[in-house]
Amino acid sequence: MSRQYIIRRLLVAIPSLLGISVVLFCVLALAPGDPFSEIAANPAIPPEVAASLRAKFGLDDPVWLRYLHWLSAMAHGDWGFSFASRINVDTLILQRLPTTLIVIGAAQILAIVVALPVGVLAGTRPYSIFDQVANTLAFIGFSLPTFFTGLLLIMLFSIKLDWLPMVYNAELSSTGWPWLWEQIRQSIMPVMVLGLFQGASLVRYVRSAVLDVVRLDYVTTARSKGIGERRVITRHVVRTALIPVVTLVALQMPIVFSGAIVTEQIFRVPGIGSLLIAAMLANDTPVIMAVTFVFACLVVMFNLIADVLYGWLDPRISYR
Amino acid sequence: MAGSTPASLTAERPAPAGVAAAVVPRKKARFSPGQEAWRRFRRHKLAMASSVILGLVVLAVLLGPLFWQVPINEIDFASKLDGPSWAHPLGTDDLGQDILARLLYGGRISLAVGFCAMMVAAVVGVLVGAIAGMSRGGVDATLMWLADLFLSLPQLPLLLLISYLFRDALTKILGTQGGIFIMIVVVIGGLRWMQVARLVRAQILSIREKEFIEAARALGASSFRQVVRHILPNALGPVIVAGTIDVAAAIIAESTLSFLGLGFPPDIPTWGRVLFDAKDTMDIAPHWALFSGGAIFIAVLTINFIGDGLRDAFDPRRVL
Repeated sequence: MSRQYIIRRLLVAIPSLLGISVVLFCVLALAPGDPFSEIAANPAIPPEVAASLRAKFGLDDPVWLRYLHWLSAMAHGDWGFSFASRINVDTLILQRLPTTLIVIGAAQILAIVVALPVGVLAGTRPYSIFDQVANTLAFIGFSLPTFFTGLLLIMLFSIKLDWLPMVYNAELSSTGWPWLWEQIRQSIMPVMVLGLFQGASLVRYVRSAVLDVVRLDYVTTARSKGIGERRVITRHVVRTALIPVVTLVALQMPIVFSGAIVTEQIFRVPGIGSLLIAAMLANDTPVIMAVTFVFACLVVMFNLIADVLYGWLDPRISYR
Repeated sequence: MAGSTPASLTAERPAPAGVAAAVVPRKKARFSPGQEAWRRFRRHKLAMASSVILGLVVLAVLLGPLFWQVPINEIDFASKLDGPSWAHPLGTDDLGQDILARLLYGGRISLAVGFCAMMVAAVVGVLVGAIAGMSRGGVDATLMWLADLFLSLPQLPLLLLISYLFRDALTKILGTQGGIFIMIVVVIGGLRWMQVARLVRAQILSIREKEFIEAARALGASSFRQVVRHILPNALGPVIVAGTIDVAAAIIAESTLSFLGLGFPPDIPTWGRVLFDAKDTMDIAPHWALFSGGAIFIAVLTINFIGDGLRDAFDPRRVL
């Protein structure tokens, strides 16, 4: 694990971020509709004024120039102004981002806590009853779309049993321990929806990774040295099997963000996912572009973290 | 891979060209690759059951409206939000419209979106993968970089962004139903080709070094003929499996879009759209959300199981 390796990965991330920004900008530039169409259609505004406004905002520039303008503005932290919320886009996103990250993080932890033991147990006893049950449940888990699971949980826990609040309340009145308790109570369902969906696909990855490793010669060696089965599994098998799983967790990030958008929308969690939907329904283009770009950055960042972790976990990688 | 199960115990059997070529020939009887795959698929009980169920769903959706001739948009406030009854087997929605009729009609669109998006993804993926695999060098590197870039795009935000930006223009050109259908199919397919492209490229890289390709090349077969006649048929198995999973993913993507209110308009009751309409009256009319969500769930689950069965059927390494 060298510093060189990390720097190289960082440098590789820059073109992909640029690529993503090009794709996003192309989508926006190709989109029909003109932000100035209302002004052009307004008879009270003389055409010369409209034309000079267009020139001022650079709407008649060639596409690549507009892209460079946009990119440098984004890089300088000038993310525009939200039409709907009347504040700067970057402030708005910074307000919302922590909630999203907490929900996603908690869901990932839940997914790993559920998937690791189940996957390892299933992988060490392939085709046993436990494996078959776990496999079937995993299939059901990732075939249930998050929006349906969310509604089912609300139906069960909020409407039928009345145990948990139906929607997330950002401004809780209580403080101290009651506040924490309320916070946990209202986070349970969003985190469960995301975490179990994620955990279900993770179980299958862990299982097949364990299945690949458990037959290797070094595991047989460990067993023949007289190490107990439990220790062989935890110290020898799981450590190796987790290496590919780390990458898979990171590669799943785009799917997790999709799930987060849906979950936030169902439970009214005030994160950037629900911000995106609200902005779309309100035609708030600067916010839409910025949130999409933030999601892209998060995905690239998680890929980067996975690569670095991968190099750290598996020393063979760094010396390529 | 060390420790993996040997593909075949007896090697003298003349291997028929095909994906299932190297399956265990314990029986003397000869099977064509297709028969062999079918034989292995039948062993996967859940996949068989899923095929039957999915077949029934498809039949119901295709032929159902012929037998259940209740109009999908007949408004009847006298019987709004009714539970299941003989007149309305799945109940009615908030306008008193028959849910069974709406689900049968909407299912056609949901399933068609899934299938067409898969075809788009498969065609693009096979093309890109074949070009990358056969050309190597710069073209290969660029195409694979592009695939990696697409893999790190945040899918749902981008899907939402595109449908937000382009829906009006396309609706104007192609009409509501056609325009949105084409847009959703192209966008979902266009964001899912990467997996297929990587599979096809990997298969081509390994198959093109085999002797039978060398023989074809020696006989003067052009690159195109080598790919189409010799390589692709042998690479088909994993592509079919990936395609099956893509159908499920596309159905989920379309439902998610409709569920967020950014997919099909209310007069086209796809399953996701019906669920979106149902979510506000979950406390008084749970049947509405349960039936529409259940339809999505069953379709996705059975398709996923069939994909798993096909993976078993096409994986020559696995001994069943």
